[in-house]
Amino acid sequence: MFISSENSPPCFKDFTLVMPAVAVGNVGQLSVDLIVSTLNMSRVGYMHTDCLIPMTGNNPYATSNENAEELHTPAEVYMAAELKLAVLQIRAPIIQSKSKKFRQLLVSWIKSSGFSRAVVLSSSQAYQRDDQQMKGIPLRYLVTPSLLKDSEDALKELSWREMERVSAYPGLTDANTEPRLYVPGGGITKGLYTDSCAEEIPLAVLILFCSEGDNIPDAFTLVNHLNDWLHLLDDPSQKPNKWKIPTSWNLLFGSGIPPALF
Amino acid sequence: MATFFGEVLSVYSRAVEEDEEEVDENEEDAEIRRELEEKREVHLHWSPEVSESLKSGNKLPCSDFILAVGHNAARFLSVYALSSENWDALGRAPKDNPAVLICQVTCYLAEDQLFQWTEKVFDCLQLRQLNVTVLSESSVSEFKTADYPSSSSAPFLRSLHSAAFSGKPVCKSLEQPNIVTGLQAAVLNHCEVHRIPSIVYQCYSDVIGPDSVTMETFKPTLTKLGKSIKLDPSPSADILRKIVRTTNIQSNLYI
Repeated sequence: MFISSENSPPCFKDFTLVMPAVAVGNVGQLSVDLIVSTLNMSRVGYMHTDCLIPMTGNNPYATSNENAEELHTPAEVYMAAELKLAVLQIRAPIIQSKSKKFRQLLVSWIKSSGFSRAVVLSSSQAYQRDDQQMKGIPLRYLVTPSLLKDSEDALKELSWREMERVSAYPGLTDANTEPRLYVPGGGITKGLYTDSCAEEIPLAVLILFCSEGDNIPDAFTLVNHLNDWLHLLDDPSQKPNKWKIPTSWNLLFGSGIPPALF
Repeated sequence: MATFFGEVLSVYSRAVEEDEEEVDENEEDAEIRRELEEKREVHLHWSPEVSESLKSGNKLPCSDFILAVGHNAARFLSVYALSSENWDALGRAPKDNPAVLICQVTCYLAEDQLFQWTEKVFDCLQLRQLNVTVLSESSVSEFKTADYPSSSSAPFLRSLHSAAFSGKPVCKSLEQPNIVTGLQAAVLNHCEVHRIPSIVYQCYSDVIGPDSVTMETFKPTLTKLGKSIKLDPSPSADILRKIVRTTNIQSNLYI
């Protein structure tokens, strides 16, 4: 559940929420790191739950010695009041048996906080794409009926493609099997989307097709697409967008090489 | 996924498990799931007097809660703290200062039980003026640094503390991009969120298994604990030998 880290609880009414799905390549989480780091967002609370594997560490967005020694937990909420933006960052895997509970927790928190809309940054296995999905840019979107009306024009202008429904049994020409939503490697993405449709939550999902590896370029791709829609960065004419990489991204692939190796 | 040579490989993600399509659950499935969940519940067994006290709604008065996670941390406390004092097993608390609790955890705790364990234990403690110290250990191979850690640097200590902690750690703070996981992380998260002053001292060692040099690395934390409990600064070699059992050599191919 949400616990405020400030003396008075923050007000999220009419804010936009951006959050990641723990998905292939951790792309959503990396993108959220870029947003929090670049916009210098301040932490306003924790999502304290038994649904995530415990982990902890010092400030991943530290900019100096003064703010380096600040403890951070597996799920935290950050805020940029001037942009009416709140961000939930999730740093740990969701315990498998608790994924339904976690989705319910998120949905009820989004509802009770009064967010005007929620955007989920997610990813899906590139190798599982069907012929249709291999065309165009590797970005797809989903939007719940509650958000469709407000965002239809913007999405049309951006020429984004909606996530295609795929057949349940590819190759089988059985007329009875209806195409269904399938987000392989997306973690709780599909579940969260369908729950939000049922609960009439204005929610959008941005899905990037990718594979495991060095997913930093994928994170930049996803966050730039998000910026094209939400205009989070100040100067739209300045390309390329200047996203700030946080210190926690150091040594993503291990320590320095032992000199005795050579 | 197909490779250049035409073979098809399974692809695994480091982030997510294989998708499980949610099947509609019937009564029987729900019942089975509930039973399985019950089996995974954590149950605390206190001594009879403590159980009685807790049942009548009282919390355990506690000024210092010291948790040792792992064999070296636990044996360090056994040798330097518990051997020199008259302690009750209730959990343990010195007879003349009933407000210090020591907990030694050397068994494996599953990921989905860490949070629950922490909540249940802290539910029993009086939180006012509580200070928490956690001693834990990890392999030096888990420690990420730009300069490869040389063998002479291990074992060494690093600390992480909650915002409410106002003391001075006895070692360097854990540098980016390192993180702490396991029970020590669950306890520290709990303390951070509930504004309890707490600190984790994690020892990075290059030895697998209990080792007296690794145990000694926890000594500087004594200065902090020394205020609450009497400690033996130099235990006899006999005690040390008894505590450090040589690990069975299962294979002498690699000594």
